[in-house]
Amino acid sequence: MTGWTDLLFILVLVLDLFVLASSRLRAGIRAVAAQGVLLSLLPVVLSGDATETRHVAILAVGALVVKAVGIPWLLARATRESTVSREVTPLLGFLPSLVLGAAGIAAAIWFAADLPLPVPGMHPLLVPTSIGTVWCGLLLIVTRRKAVGQVLGFLVLENGVFVLGLLLSDFMPSMVEVGVLLDLLAAVFVMGLVMFDIQRAFSSLDTEKLASLKD
Amino acid sequence: MLLLVATPLLLAALAFALPWPRHRPLVLLAGALAHAGTVAWIWGAPPAPALGGWLAVDAAGLLVLALVSALFLVCAAYAQGYLARRRDRDSRGFVGGLLVLLGAVSVVALSQHLGLLWVAIELTTLSTAPLIYFNQNERALEAAWKYLVTCSVGIALALLGTFLLALASAGPGGPRSLLLADLLAGGATLDRPWLRFAFVFLLAGYGTKLGLAPFHAWKPDAYGEAPGLLGALLSGGVTSVAFLALLRVLQVCRAAGEGPFARQALVGLGLLSIGFAAVFLVRQRDVKRMLAYSSVEHMGILVLGVGIGGAATTGAFLHLVYNGLTKGALFLTAGNIHRAFGSKQVEHLRGAARVLPVSGPVFLASFLAITGSPPFAPFFSEFAILDGAVKAGAWAPAAAYLVGLAVIFIGMGATVLRVVQGAPPEGAGAAAAAMGDTALTAGPPLLLLALVLALGLWVPGPLRAVVAAAAALVEGG
Repeated sequence: MTGWTDLLFILVLVLDLFVLASSRLRAGIRAVAAQGVLLSLLPVVLSGDATETRHVAILAVGALVVKAVGIPWLLARATRESTVSREVTPLLGFLPSLVLGAAGIAAAIWFAADLPLPVPGMHPLLVPTSIGTVWCGLLLIVTRRKAVGQVLGFLVLENGVFVLGLLLSDFMPSMVEVGVLLDLLAAVFVMGLVMFDIQRAFSSLDTEKLASLKD
Repeated sequence: MLLLVATPLLLAALAFALPWPRHRPLVLLAGALAHAGTVAWIWGAPPAPALGGWLAVDAAGLLVLALVSALFLVCAAYAQGYLARRRDRDSRGFVGGLLVLLGAVSVVALSQHLGLLWVAIELTTLSTAPLIYFNQNERALEAAWKYLVTCSVGIALALLGTFLLALASAGPGGPRSLLLADLLAGGATLDRPWLRFAFVFLLAGYGTKLGLAPFHAWKPDAYGEAPGLLGALLSGGVTSVAFLALLRVLQVCRAAGEGPFARQALVGLGLLSIGFAAVFLVRQRDVKRMLAYSSVEHMGILVLGVGIGGAATTGAFLHLVYNGLTKGALFLTAGNIHRAFGSKQVEHLRGAARVLPVSGPVFLASFLAITGSPPFAPFFSEFAILDGAVKAGAWAPAAAYLVGLAVIFIGMGATVLRVVQGAPPEGAGAAAAAMGDTALTAGPPLLLLALVLALGLWVPGPLRAVVAAAAALVEGG
């Protein structure tokens, strides 16, 4: 069982790097959806004796419905209706951002080994996966120019936060975690709406054209 | 107490459902009046905690609640005149969004649970993003997109920080809770390295919402493109609740013995914000963007005040109120000037005092107030923070603070005087005849300015008591 759990965490990190390295937006959306599937498995494999089954089920099903199916579908629709399919000129090249992402993940592993968790019995890869994923998400948001690329970055960032939230599932009321899913849905939903308007106004999903406001 | 949240949300639903656009602004006014009445009632007789202690009134929350409610009431009165002039725009989303914002802001002010606090802050972002897009042009779209992306990232980081804080509370003997009372009581049992880690993310997250440098990138765009009315509510109301969120975190850090670490970071970010604002305020060509940078500056002053602590914390709470009211007057009059001249660029604005006989002078006087000229109220709060810094022996921050204020006074002054003085440009008369001062558009900012002047001359006893109690919450007096 432990071997499989390790594999899940490592796959989440590999998908981070895949999104960072990929120029095709559709492949990025598929990778984020796959990451959603992995995240929905995590609450199940990590559940200890103290966790309520109902709670685990809500998290797993919620993550599957929202992160793996709902939002990727919404994003895929948004890209299908536009002509943009590639991130051509990111602010930072794909290779440098890949290297930076990997370096961040390495730093997260090193950092987590240095800082003992206050709750015992947690999987040693959980904190590095979370922090590494958050880092890759931030990197994507900052370096990508296409609106879809930035939304993908935000999704990766939120996935990292979700992984850390799993640490609390033993003792925190479910409300906080429901808040995460709701927030994700709401934020991207609004982002999606705005995005359709960007498309209409600029006939492309390029945030670089949103550059008339500056000092 | 639940009325404070339920009434605005119910009225928001009503505003969305109401088929008569002409009467929709009245729903806003009704919501504002009901809210203000409830706050006044709570001020007199503090209610018992509700929802298992998740919602309660304490001095800091009450102060923010009173400020937001007063500001919202004035803005709702202004909206009657403003929306009557903007019949070209659909007021459904605008009125509904503002009422949802009022409900969310009230939850933040009342919240004693850091998870609930986070959800409510998220809701303030979601409800204001569409409002920034009110003018529905390319610039407004750009501002709304940047606001949404930047604040969403900030909110995500704040959630990460909240999770880390929960984790820090889960050590042996820890409270295992996010209720403020539990965290404060169990301060000594919090895991300190994880608490520091949590503080960094919470500071970055709520600092983004507050618009502290270097997380302020969204602010000039959002305030620049949003209607003046929304700018007033964002810079006086939403930033105040974000500041309250940061104060809750500081309270927890202090209880755990990490106060000095947290305060050092706050002083650093405060001075950085004042510095950034000073650089961008000088020779600023856009009146509303100028006000946005002024907001960055004043958020910096607030954070600097609580960072220094002691007497400066009292000054910061006073400044919270005074800055909110003055910013309201500034944004509302800037909105009037923008309407009358059809531009907010300095090169098109001249002689505002002649075209708008009330808004022009009020804009000038509010500028004097916000930059700390006596006898207006902000002078006394800004001076209290300086005094606190000197008493605490923080000479370097005090000196940097003074230099920043002086540069900002000169930089803003050059722009404001250009706009207000002189003869209006050719053809400004025609537009101004349609968009001139009326009781409903010039009265509300004038009222705010009068309030700022009155508070400078005399601080009522109840306000003084609540400010002292709020400072004691943070300082443990």
